[in-house]
Amino acid sequence: MRGATHARWAACAAAVVLAATACGGGGGDGGSGGGSGGVLSSSWGDPQNPLEPANTNEVQGGKVLDMIFRGLKKYDPGTGEAQNMLAEKIDTSDSQNFTVTVKDGWTFSNGEKVTAQSFVDAWNYGASLKNNQRNAYFFAYIDGYDKVHPESGSQSADTLSGLKVTGPLTFTIKLSQKFSTFPDTLGYPAFAPLPKSFFDDHDAWLKKPVGNGPYQVDNYTRGSQMSLRKWDDYPGSDKAQNGGVDLKVYTDNNTAYTDLIAGNLDLVDDVPASQLKNVKNDLGDRYINTPAGIIQTLAFPFYDNDWNKSGSEKVRKGLSMAIDRKQITDTIFQNTRTPATDWTSPVLGKDGGYKPGLCGDACEYNAEEAKKLVKEGGGLPGGQVKITYNADTGSHKQWVDAVCNSINNALDNDRACAGNPVGTFADFRNQITGQKMSGPFRAGWQMDYPLIQNFLQPLYYTNASSNDGKWSSKKFDDLVDQANAETDTAKAVGLFQQAEEVLRDDMGAIPLWYQNGSAGYSDRLSNVKLNPFSVPVYNEIKVG
Amino acid sequence: MGRYVVRRLLQMIPVFIGATLLIFLMVNVMGDPIAGLCGDRECDPATAAQLRHEFGLDQPVWQQYATYMGNVFTGDFGTAFNGQPVTELMGTAFPVTIRLTVVAILFEIVVGIILGVVTGLRRGRPVDTGVLLLTLVVISVPTFVTGLLLQLLLGVKWGWIDPAVSSEAAFGELIVPGLVLASVSLAYVTRLTRTSIAENRRSDYVRTAIAKGLPRHRVITRHLLRNSLIPVVTFIGTDIGALMGGAIVTERIFNIHGVGYQLYQGILRQNTQTVVGFVTVLVLVFLVANLVVDLLYAVLDPRIRYA
Repeated sequence: MRGATHARWAACAAAVVLAATACGGGGGDGGSGGGSGGVLSSSWGDPQNPLEPANTNEVQGGKVLDMIFRGLKKYDPGTGEAQNMLAEKIDTSDSQNFTVTVKDGWTFSNGEKVTAQSFVDAWNYGASLKNNQRNAYFFAYIDGYDKVHPESGSQSADTLSGLKVTGPLTFTIKLSQKFSTFPDTLGYPAFAPLPKSFFDDHDAWLKKPVGNGPYQVDNYTRGSQMSLRKWDDYPGSDKAQNGGVDLKVYTDNNTAYTDLIAGNLDLVDDVPASQLKNVKNDLGDRYINTPAGIIQTLAFPFYDNDWNKSGSEKVRKGLSMAIDRKQITDTIFQNTRTPATDWTSPVLGKDGGYKPGLCGDACEYNAEEAKKLVKEGGGLPGGQVKITYNADTGSHKQWVDAVCNSINNALDNDRACAGNPVGTFADFRNQITGQKMSGPFRAGWQMDYPLIQNFLQPLYYTNASSNDGKWSSKKFDDLVDQANAETDTAKAVGLFQQAEEVLRDDMGAIPLWYQNGSAGYSDRLSNVKLNPFSVPVYNEIKVG
Repeated sequence: MGRYVVRRLLQMIPVFIGATLLIFLMVNVMGDPIAGLCGDRECDPATAAQLRHEFGLDQPVWQQYATYMGNVFTGDFGTAFNGQPVTELMGTAFPVTIRLTVVAILFEIVVGIILGVVTGLRRGRPVDTGVLLLTLVVISVPTFVTGLLLQLLLGVKWGWIDPAVSSEAAFGELIVPGLVLASVSLAYVTRLTRTSIAENRRSDYVRTAIAKGLPRHRVITRHLLRNSLIPVVTFIGTDIGALMGGAIVTERIFNIHGVGYQLYQGILRQNTQTVVGFVTVLVLVFLVANLVVDLLYAVLDPRIRYA
């Protein structure tokens, strides 16, 4: 009898212990975060592509690369200016041949030295067609790219002939054309160096990436969480100010925001549009809303004769003047967008090429003038414009409807403008690349690097990679070529702005608004800010 | 019985092939997935062609389907666009969703049937009217409203639960999401059981059982409930598949990385391999659940026999 009582007591105790550890396990997540020297948690999205420097073209993957990699240059998180990071110096005398000296004493977090070879190998890998790197075109300016990455057929060379290693820490770059601001593009993650392990055991590297930045990957469960911890031996000046960052994948940014409000998450770098009304109340000063290098425009199908005949520039200008940007950014976007008055972004700064007001009257709401211009230009093609957009992400419907409303009001015609939703983003892109657009369509540009060149050349140069509307102007192309050949930065910027004026006079695309980055954080954090790419500057965040 | 099972299993083959073919065609109709893969910028033609070749998208659809089915029978569900094998995605997603479904089904069985029996035995009393009203409310309010409301109240206002489920998704964390997922079906289970019980209560065999002087609980469990459960079991059985596939809304609200999340991502990124792979498995779950339901009939009511 006695034994039986004992047994029962033991079972109860075991149950209690089990229950206690179960509870402890649940609460321990948050607790250990605070204990091990300031680890913060941040919302994240599942990267769309395998996480390789030259293969990452969206913000979520870019966020990680920014934490675990440092390249030759780095963009100042405040000003966006390109500063030397691993580069000791980058010399050129003719804007076409560059000599790069890499700083001594840098290693990857696995101990391997960062040498000139680390860069050249990485760039050759990124450019090579057989590696399917989505960002391969970043290497297109380097001599020999057409052999490594031909437009069709198979590649005839494995390495870029324009890259030569001349010493342990020096290499030369030969470009296929003059490009004076080329060194400033080298801060883009695609140009990051890669360690030997990347090439030796690629699968293992993808499971746990190794880089040379202030953080190293501690643990990566694909699709749910990545734990990054401060790399104590990081040789750079921008050491992490916190113990690490846990990036947690959220299926919905609304849930991330709810988790932040409930105190389970420290940082949300994408405040959902539906919460913008409450965010001041919920977070007060802990809400950030700062300009990012993103501009939204309406592009036109210049392959369609209706939009590319003489006089249609007046119609385009008229449409631009019929859009009340101020009202739309106020009411629909709660001031998280700023009406655009040029084709670049405020993050470039005046020296970098941002020129407020360059668009002039054409971007000011003026119903009378709009009506007059559209009439002079021969009226709207087919009597109605349809603005095409993808309806699956980004809640574009709201603003497209508002833009159409504004156009209808200005032109005194209920049928002047209508939205034309396309079901999926992929189908939307299909129609664009298939040149099937019959009217204006949504276009957006997030800069790769803070240079005026990046806002103009890829988008409006004849047959450029992102010139979706196929706008073409000899005068514009010439000015861009001149600007790229110009070694004096100020003069180059001036030439780019002249090119932008050509774009304005023909209204090659209607600038709508500049987008802001938004973030919210818990009261455990301080010194939180967003860089010009609207990514939090993680290494400067202080915890506790 | 054995022959019946074999026949049913053979019938599954055309259903399976038809369902996967339909899904395959539907996903392919949506256009070229590579176009969306490079974001707002056009993929350069060479890389696009290379990727298309790698994913087999440059072949005619019937050939893609044949290759795909061939691979499926060897256990290869292809590769998602982020470079992960689809089987790996399934390996992480299905256990989570199965746990969530188990929680939901348990709610349905335990709460739904108990409420149904209680109200069925007390038809017209205040308890019955109350539960009827309650189930009406639950049925008419969409899941995402219930979900968001519970998340806000329990997660943010009162702090009883975490608003988002962690990546481990342990059973304890899944109780509230499971309840939300089960809510509508739970209301139906209650109403089905109630009607069935109320009807069978007047039948001869129940009267006989009571007349024999059997204790009340025995009458209810062995005689009344057993016969009343047939429609309920049918409903719950088909609901297993519906819950697993229909968890998209609940999984999104509570940040659960299960089947719904992977399917949603797959559709958004137009990832044929992911969508078809997951739907294929879901179709199998549906078919097996239906078979199990049919076999359970014989257990509940021996008069139903299969030749």
